[in-house]
Amino acid sequence: MNRKKIMILKLLVALALMLSSSLSYAAEIRIAVASNFTRAMMGLVQQFEADTGHKVKLVFGSTGKHYAQIKNGAPFDAFFAADMKRPKLLEDEGLAVPDSRFSYALGRLVLWSPETGYVDSAGKVLSDGSYYHLAIANPKLAPYGRAAKEVLQSRGLWKAMKGRAVRGENIGQAFQFVHSGNAELGFVAYSQVKYPGQSIIGSYWEVPQTLYSPILQQAVVLKDTAVTRAFIKYIKSKPALEIIQDYGYDVP
Amino acid sequence: MFNEADLTALAITLKLAGVTTLILLLLGTPLAWWMARSRWRYKFLLEAVVALPLVLPPTVLGFYLLITLGPHGPVGGLMESLGGRPLAFTFTGLVIGSVIYSMPFVIQPLQNAFEAIGRRPLEVAATLRASPLDRFFTVAMPLARPGFLTAAVLGFAHTLGEFGVVLMIGGNIPGETQVVSIAIYDHVEGMEYAHAHWLSAGLLLLSFLMLLTVYGLNRRFRIMQS
Repeated sequence: MNRKKIMILKLLVALALMLSSSLSYAAEIRIAVASNFTRAMMGLVQQFEADTGHKVKLVFGSTGKHYAQIKNGAPFDAFFAADMKRPKLLEDEGLAVPDSRFSYALGRLVLWSPETGYVDSAGKVLSDGSYYHLAIANPKLAPYGRAAKEVLQSRGLWKAMKGRAVRGENIGQAFQFVHSGNAELGFVAYSQVKYPGQSIIGSYWEVPQTLYSPILQQAVVLKDTAVTRAFIKYIKSKPALEIIQDYGYDVP
Repeated sequence: MFNEADLTALAITLKLAGVTTLILLLLGTPLAWWMARSRWRYKFLLEAVVALPLVLPPTVLGFYLLITLGPHGPVGGLMESLGGRPLAFTFTGLVIGSVIYSMPFVIQPLQNAFEAIGRRPLEVAATLRASPLDRFFTVAMPLARPGFLTAAVLGFAHTLGEFGVVLMIGGNIPGETQVVSIAIYDHVEGMEYAHAHWLSAGLLLLSFLMLLTVYGLNRRFRIMQS
């Protein structure tokens, strides 16, 4: 063997080593995440990637759609839902890793308007205000919509809201309706108006949690790999819980 | 089968498609006539604008409409200063959105039909001292009949199938802005597959029958003309 050939061989070996090391140490996982948790999850993943070197690919969308996709074989390693219904269903249907279901966040509902002084701190504007449209998420599909309906029912306003309540497909669309000014106010997620370290723009009423049943967001593992396990462990850690709170959620 | 809300959604959808088609025929006919006859250098600019809804994702249209109709947008701001109510989440708002969304489906067949007539029949009519209006109504319109049929049915059918725009500016209010496509979407998302099936099959049948009418009648027109 001449020198040149040995040189090439060495290079090839080095290349193979590099490839194999990158494969075994920095794996990539794919996670389906409920849209309302978008910003918080990006904050969490940034930290996780910096700590471990693993890559996390996030797929955002409505929980209903993700559920249907997973049932039809979508290649996700874990599923962070907006409710507990869909993770429970996946567990019952044997599509989730047994005993992997856990609550990662508790959503908080607020009545919000981008206009300062529009929403009072007791939510009286709901019955007293003259507004054309109140945006909510679709109560049939979205947990925040269901919570909004419960609040309106507890105030005896649900029936009167027919024709005034505009329903977004999800809480993201409800927020957009209010943010664009097309609806004067709306029930949105606290996490949508709360940015870490900043004061909230506009006016809002933080709805007492006694007025609606808890918006418990749960996750399940779909593929049990070392990286998924590491990620779930990180999500349950104290620094992660602090990040989740920073983005406007309560932690269970 | 169909529950009451589904039937209401169906009625709203048909009303929306009907009103939209009517408006588009009224506005589109003079515009298509002009576009077919004009030799203006920059006509292609207008043609590009008319074709734009064909290629734009409906979400883009819906998003811009939401902003334009909103109180901070030009149309919404004007409405508000005139003491009117905002247009988003109303039937009127849906009509505005649908007119824009289905515009090319009405204007393009009309323009093509007018162009196909050529100048000759109209010149002949002119030599027989028919006024321009007369020429249009007694010569151009009858000759462009297949174009009108295609335009009306395509405009109607395309509005029936509208989803993205109404999702963005409709607000999904039952009895007001909830159309069939949105109701189907809700049923699917809510895992009420039986309802979704009924409505979907209904819409499929309706759309197919309408297209069948167009192609069938167009065939008859062609045979009649030849």
